[in-house]
Amino acid sequence: MSARQYLRCLAGILAREGLRFLHQRERFFGALVRPLVWLFIFAAGFRSVLGVSIIPPYETYILYEEYIVPGLAAMILLFSGMQSSLSMVYDRELGSMRLLMVSPFPRWYLLVCKLIAGAAVAAVQVYLFLVIAWYWGVQPPLIGYLLVLPALLLAALMLGALGLFLSSVIRQLENFAGVMNFVIFPMFFASSALYPLWRMRDSSSVLYEICRFNPFTWAVELIRFALYAQMNWPAFLGVTGALALFLTAAIYGYDPGRGQMRFKQGGG
Amino acid sequence: MKQKQHKTWSAATAVLGVWLLTPAAADAYTVYVSSEKDNTITVVDGETLDIKATVKVGPRPRGIALSKDQKSLYVCTSDADHIEVLDLATLKVTHTLPSGPDPELLALGPDGRLLYVANEDDNMVTVVDVEGRSKVAEIQVGVEPEGMGVSPDGKWLVNTSETTNMAHFIDLATREVAANVLVDQRPRVAQFTPDSKQVWVSSEIGGNVSVIDAATKEKIKVISFEIPGLRRESIQPVGIRISDDGKRAFVALGPAARVAVIDTATLEVEKYLLVGQRVWNLEFSPDQQRLFTTNGVSNDMSVIDLERLKVRKTVPVGRLPWGVVVAP
Repeated sequence: MSARQYLRCLAGILAREGLRFLHQRERFFGALVRPLVWLFIFAAGFRSVLGVSIIPPYETYILYEEYIVPGLAAMILLFSGMQSSLSMVYDRELGSMRLLMVSPFPRWYLLVCKLIAGAAVAAVQVYLFLVIAWYWGVQPPLIGYLLVLPALLLAALMLGALGLFLSSVIRQLENFAGVMNFVIFPMFFASSALYPLWRMRDSSSVLYEICRFNPFTWAVELIRFALYAQMNWPAFLGVTGALALFLTAAIYGYDPGRGQMRFKQGGG
Repeated sequence: MKQKQHKTWSAATAVLGVWLLTPAAADAYTVYVSSEKDNTITVVDGETLDIKATVKVGPRPRGIALSKDQKSLYVCTSDADHIEVLDLATLKVTHTLPSGPDPELLALGPDGRLLYVANEDDNMVTVVDVEGRSKVAEIQVGVEPEGMGVSPDGKWLVNTSETTNMAHFIDLATREVAANVLVDQRPRVAQFTPDSKQVWVSSEIGGNVSVIDAATKEKIKVISFEIPGLRRESIQPVGIRISDDGKRAFVALGPAARVAVIDTATLEVEKYLLVGQRVWNLEFSPDQQRLFTTNGVSNDMSVIDLERLKVRKTVPVGRLPWGVVVAP
């Protein structure tokens, strides 16, 4: 098969994900409402609680709402990544997945296409959120809006790959809801999204270490630094490494000889 | 053809000239910050914000002012009961000036020869001749004199007294108190508008700024401040600076960690900018593009970008930073 055919496949999957996103208005607004509730309500309540010290990439004192915006952007990616893997479970149960899987393209390629499509849709959501945050007074430098794009895509791919891997080991939707709770909430709260990690260290050093090695923390920090036109290499390496790991696991999980076959025999 | 070529050349020269001149026009300037606790003057590069030097001075340096030739700095070393004169080229204290006990704030007259000093302990304003290095006169004012503002036209000196809660208008020709204006509790800083028509007085405990008409000595407006999520008591206005074009005023709000931006036409607060804890004094850069603030509790200095009205950076300076002055 030629490269053109590969590209056409990618375009097709991208178009399908984009359409699905546009058609599901509730999902569209739901994806925005969640971080906005955090920004408008939660951050307002905690406005003066933080902001007592200056930590990189910030160069001066900031309000709490400014601190949590990168974390909320990452939250959009996290939910989006999990949701797109949820749709994989749906697709599998409804059978439309089989249509995709019988295409002549290698399976890993189809999965990567699916991930890229999900990441692109999630990035659009984040930009919408950032625009609203701008009017709320959170105004990072303009160049940051450009530099954050690769960070968003990389983080979205990593979180999407995690979702994909999870969906490969889950057989039914009901189980998936449970995993969402076991994955999304711990990942989100045990990260630097809502509070700087030095605060965490004050209360528990064990928790601090957990937070430090949470891939979601790396995603948040990568986005945070990029948004302020700085590079965070450890976060970048962390996110890239986690992406490689999750993607390998997902491809392994969807290998016809293993995960999927098992699924067919077991779940029907 | 020749003419055209000539034109191109002169255009090119002009462009080159502008290019060469620009860095010179935006010439480097230096920020001087007095540290009440460290007994030092911190010398900061205005562009890079790097600390260039830390100069040891007398005990408890508070108010600082630049000499008219911009070559030396007058430092109120409050606990030494005199004013030290710091040479900015050598960064050495060359001599002292008599000031009366506990000098806190000072203002230089427009001629650059007379320095007016508030003596917090003995209810006096001392007039010092900086060339003769002598006390010229003493003017009796209210209890705990503090803020000192000389009108740009050289006619008036306004001194505030912290305990009497008054702004005393002193006629500089006669050195007599010509009028007293009652303001809110603990007045701190008095600042004239560039046209000498108004004087703004901040009241630390009252939490507001009185705008007084310099001709009628009547209050035009009392500007109060409200910041969502902050208690009223934490809003304590101190330092005031008004831009050279007279369009905007900036008020440091102390423990509220904010600088209020006020439109001088409407006398309404436009915006609050978050800076360090207990922000006290303010100063513009010579090009009026930046405003520097001293943040006493967080031991740092914030830099406000005046074009975008945003806090650009906060850098550590000495402990308990108090006064700030910018010299080209």
